[in-house]
Amino acid sequence: MAVLVNNDTRLIVQGITGREGTYHAKGCQDYGTKVVGGVTPGKGGTTHEGWPVFNTVEEAVAATGANATMIFVPPPFAADGIMEAVAANLPLVVCITEGIPILDMVKVWSVVKDSKSVLIGPNCPGVISPGMAKIGIMPGRIHMQGKVGIVSRSGTLTYEAVHQLTQRGIGQSTAIGIGGDPIIGTKHIDAIKLLNEDPDTEAIVMIGEIGGTNEEIAAEYIKAHVKKPVVGFIAGQTAPPGRRMGHAGAIISGGEGTAESKMEAMTAAGIHVVKSPADIGEMMAKVLGK
Amino acid sequence: MKIHEYQAKEILRKYGVPVPEGEMVTTLEDADRAAKQLFSAGNAVVVIKAQIHAGGRGKGGGVKVTKTLDDANAASKAILGMQLITHQTGPQGQKVQRLLVEAGSAIERELYLGITLDRLNGKLTFMASQAGGMEIEEVAAENPDAIYKEAIEPALGLQPWQARNLAFKLGLKPTQINAAVTFMLGLYKAYVETDCSLLEINPFITTKDDKLAALDCKINFDDNAMYRHKDLKELRDVAEEDPLEVEASKDSLNYIKLDGSIACMVNGAGLAMATMDIIQYSGGSPANFLDVGGGANQQQIEAAFAILLADPNVKAIFINIFGGILRVDVLATAVVAAARNLNVTLPLILRLEGTNVEEGRQILAESGLKYAVGATMAEAAKLAVEAAKGAK
Repeated sequence: MAVLVNNDTRLIVQGITGREGTYHAKGCQDYGTKVVGGVTPGKGGTTHEGWPVFNTVEEAVAATGANATMIFVPPPFAADGIMEAVAANLPLVVCITEGIPILDMVKVWSVVKDSKSVLIGPNCPGVISPGMAKIGIMPGRIHMQGKVGIVSRSGTLTYEAVHQLTQRGIGQSTAIGIGGDPIIGTKHIDAIKLLNEDPDTEAIVMIGEIGGTNEEIAAEYIKAHVKKPVVGFIAGQTAPPGRRMGHAGAIISGGEGTAESKMEAMTAAGIHVVKSPADIGEMMAKVLGK
Repeated sequence: MKIHEYQAKEILRKYGVPVPEGEMVTTLEDADRAAKQLFSAGNAVVVIKAQIHAGGRGKGGGVKVTKTLDDANAASKAILGMQLITHQTGPQGQKVQRLLVEAGSAIERELYLGITLDRLNGKLTFMASQAGGMEIEEVAAENPDAIYKEAIEPALGLQPWQARNLAFKLGLKPTQINAAVTFMLGLYKAYVETDCSLLEINPFITTKDDKLAALDCKINFDDNAMYRHKDLKELRDVAEEDPLEVEASKDSLNYIKLDGSIACMVNGAGLAMATMDIIQYSGGSPANFLDVGGGANQQQIEAAFAILLADPNVKAIFINIFGGILRVDVLATAVVAAARNLNVTLPLILRLEGTNVEEGRQILAESGLKYAVGATMAEAAKLAVEAAKGAK
């Protein structure tokens, strides 16, 4: 049944009346996701492009039976939007917004970590279970339904990996874009756990990048618990230390977060690590005997 | 965003954190006046400190301790305008355009205090160490137990007992504990209220007359939070940044200059890093990191081209686009226009994939523009490396 997103997903969009929110709500619906409404404070009671709009997440959930939300609220208000969704006990909260202040996310995390909600992102492309549904901004048509799960901190680099798989006839169960910020709701290890427990996922692509130590932690877990083959790639092997490479979380600081350290830990965990991003699909084909 | 030591110290003053008396100057005349003033106020020692956005200034000869006005002026003359090379500036160094003329302190002990985000638990962490004056990264690598830490609950903030814990672990005297607690609470308040991403006091000193002071201070701000700090934004000193990076930031382009010969233009930070990696993997070296983002328009693409072309090391341009939100046909139109307007003569290697890729390819084919296409990322990288080598 893939993970996180499937045919039972009932999605609301926070910030649905904005340009981005509208565009991607349509994109999700066109892909097959049940988009049941949206939230824009002050526009409750109206309809937008055929969707009912509510003032609060609580109202939207009560009226629509939503079990997931996609957040397109601008950075100054996005943290508040996440906390509102968590307070409404939504099982899945996907925050696409890039540029949320770190201290806002520190507060958000203190709420999310003990909650019933799974937060994906922020600063992420979202989650897609090909053939079923998507919550996010990724181009649906490059995907193909199948058995390989993907977890990645990046957007376009995930598309690249998906494209390489699809071109080789290797389908995907679920692709999870966990986001490029220093504080994210679902880390590599959490996504790997989900994919490892998913009976429909037979192999995993793990894409990381410089900054932090979440890839190393996931590698430890994989070494101990994951029998499914894992193909890995780390972006930023040529990145200079002390510089933020686009993503707020992609920075080597104090000798921590280097690509070398991550690739070493992943190799030691039995992950098939490729040095070139062009080899992800080929390595997976090899591992699967295709 | 990085700021200078003197600016960081001004922020500390506002939060009641003791710092030595001093003044920032940009001319030798002002340096002389400031030093004279400090000596005549009874200070036995005046320190001349180069103000650049890099650590290791002392070792590089950018900090001088003086005991007479003549010595102070000689130090100012030597440092102001010098090309200061430290382990953080790169071999070309950084030109010193500002000095901090500061009263010397009678140092008893040199300690370390710092606040930053602990990415593992998603909380701010307050760090303290007795190994002051050293690079804290070295301490962390060699003897991590020498760094004491307190995780801060965001809803509560740093609590006095946590500050006390750290103060006692630092081995401060009973007479210094209360002042140290006030000192640390002030730092925490400054961190939170100004949206720092890093705040370090290194060294944090105790003096022979039982006082505490921040002898040096490093503050980085969270760029994402600067929208709520218009006043702090003004502290940016573009003279400390790479001119091409400053130019790129005006067009909201994420550009970082490197020293290779293959320029790259990519959408998405992860793919941009991966493109740099594959260039190196294919035997070349990337000239930059450039993420044009998901919604790049013609003006931004043109600005991006101009920046890539302004780097004299660049021998070939590699455009790697995986269209998601950014449609390939839109990008192709912009690339054609920019290449024409800017008269691009360097080898151009394209790898395009994703939304409206066929339309994009057609636009390029009909443009009369000279370019090579790689069917895959690997092939395109190989072409770019060959082109860059051929151009030498």
